[in-house]
Amino acid sequence: MADPRRPEFTAEQLAEVRRLQSLYPEARGALLPVLHLAQDAWGYISLEAEAYVAGLFDLSPAHVHEVVTFYTMFFQRPKGRHVVAVCHNLSCHLMGAKTIVDHLRQRLGVDVGETTADGRVTLLTVECLCACEAAPMMQVDDRYEVLLTAEKCDRILEGLR
Amino acid sequence: MAEKIFTRNFHRADSHTLAAYRETGGYTAVGKAFGMERTAIVEEVKKANLRGLGGAGFPTGMKWSFIPKDSTAPKYLVVNADEGEPGTFKDRYLLEREPHALIEGMLIAARAIDSHLGFVYIRGEYVQPWRVFSAAVQEAYAAGLLGKNIQGSGFDFDIVIHRGAGAYICGEETGLLSSLEGKKGWPKIKPPFPAIKGAFGHPTIVNNVETLSAVPHIINRGGAWFAGLGSKSQGGTRLYSVSGHVVRPGLVEAPVSITLRQLIYDECGGIPGGRRLKAVVPGGSSAAILTADEIDVSMDVDGLKNAGTMAGSAGVIVMDETVSIPEALMVVARFYAHESCGQCTPCRESTGWIYKITHRIVDGHGRKEDLDTILDVAKRGAGTTICAFYDGAVGPYISYVEKFREEFEALIRSGDHA
Repeated sequence: MADPRRPEFTAEQLAEVRRLQSLYPEARGALLPVLHLAQDAWGYISLEAEAYVAGLFDLSPAHVHEVVTFYTMFFQRPKGRHVVAVCHNLSCHLMGAKTIVDHLRQRLGVDVGETTADGRVTLLTVECLCACEAAPMMQVDDRYEVLLTAEKCDRILEGLR
Repeated sequence: MAEKIFTRNFHRADSHTLAAYRETGGYTAVGKAFGMERTAIVEEVKKANLRGLGGAGFPTGMKWSFIPKDSTAPKYLVVNADEGEPGTFKDRYLLEREPHALIEGMLIAARAIDSHLGFVYIRGEYVQPWRVFSAAVQEAYAAGLLGKNIQGSGFDFDIVIHRGAGAYICGEETGLLSSLEGKKGWPKIKPPFPAIKGAFGHPTIVNNVETLSAVPHIINRGGAWFAGLGSKSQGGTRLYSVSGHVVRPGLVEAPVSITLRQLIYDECGGIPGGRRLKAVVPGGSSAAILTADEIDVSMDVDGLKNAGTMAGSAGVIVMDETVSIPEALMVVARFYAHESCGQCTPCRESTGWIYKITHRIVDGHGRKEDLDTILDVAKRGAGTTICAFYDGAVGPYISYVEKFREEFEALIRSGDHA
């Protein structure tokens, strides 16, 4: 992965930035999509990446920083190769989310918000992911894992390399 | 059995495809709409008594009619697919299983308000719904149902899919617009309303996924038909997201006149393990809680309003007798503290402090004045903020404490600050 502290998009990525910007009445509308692109490219959004993206939009780095820090899906520090985000909102709470979080903390040897020493997994708790019918649930990278039990969590963790 | 509209194709594995949608009459309504006057489309939707199904319940036809008639400015149609109200999951199903109904509903709405560009704001965590919906949009373009001169009508319409990045407040329509404009999702002061000055400063209509998905059916079968499915002041069926302690949690499509008791016991099999019902949140976490004695209410907007709560997003969260209500309130208060955008002082401060107070009560450090403090703070702040977020938080704060006060008091008495 490219160095997040010396961020620069490839020509292909830059073309995608221009395409995204052209979709909106004002180019600035593409800021969130481009920040998603930046995070995919560099793993997280460093201050240097914020300044670089700001330059692509003719915005101040402060504006981009304000946006990055507002949204939970943007990481300001390196995250693990996998992100395990357990819902702890009401429906999942009723169906045992706390037990799931405690189990994962113990299995991974980290607290919520931390990454395993080998850089494999970052453990998070998150607010409602809107899959309450299959609570308790969590998001593992791009996918939803539902109807969790301790055993099911173990199987899922085994699949993360 | 009551008629299904939104979920009629859900039994099909290919319900997300253009072919399946067309087989069941898909994209015939838009052809009809192209032949109608713009005002006639709005009138039909008004006649249907369709009310916004995202949470606020505002009459959809009336909202559309607020777009300035003679304005030559560009007008935008924005779909709120930033589903996030705790206890709600209906829009996820619609995006994944009936995406073409949303696209067709957008086309009809766009024709009604004379818009040629639509945005679909999908919450960032919804990766699979985003993929399925994007594929459906591609299919529609390939079939000439989007783009220039759609089906020879002379009407142009494009769809831009915009992914959010994790913020509940972006489900509030003006917060959503701020986010769409490349800013943090801070709600805007109204007026001006989005219909006058919305996305990028232009007239904009923001509608929920489910609301727009109903529109093709209304145009095909008539507003009177849709109105007849519901109650006096709200037409149609709607999607109830039922979770928590029921035998069969899941999505239920039912007429809005269904009662909460029918929904829990007839549709979802009642409470598991022979346990007793304790409480229900009827319309997403922002709706005031109802006790087990209060479930003989109809689930339409006015029925729940009269019961002192709200229909909201129709997210029904069921709690059995084993549930600690103070703990449930702490979980809900944590959510509002986390998601307050920080713009208005009463909301930013109260959500944080009320979470801390509920936390200490649950931890056994509650003080006897805590309950009155929660109620006082909640009541003072209501109605003082830019958007409805804080009013949504006040619903649970007040109702949990007032309806289950003895349980809170017992917990405080057993603690070390009693």
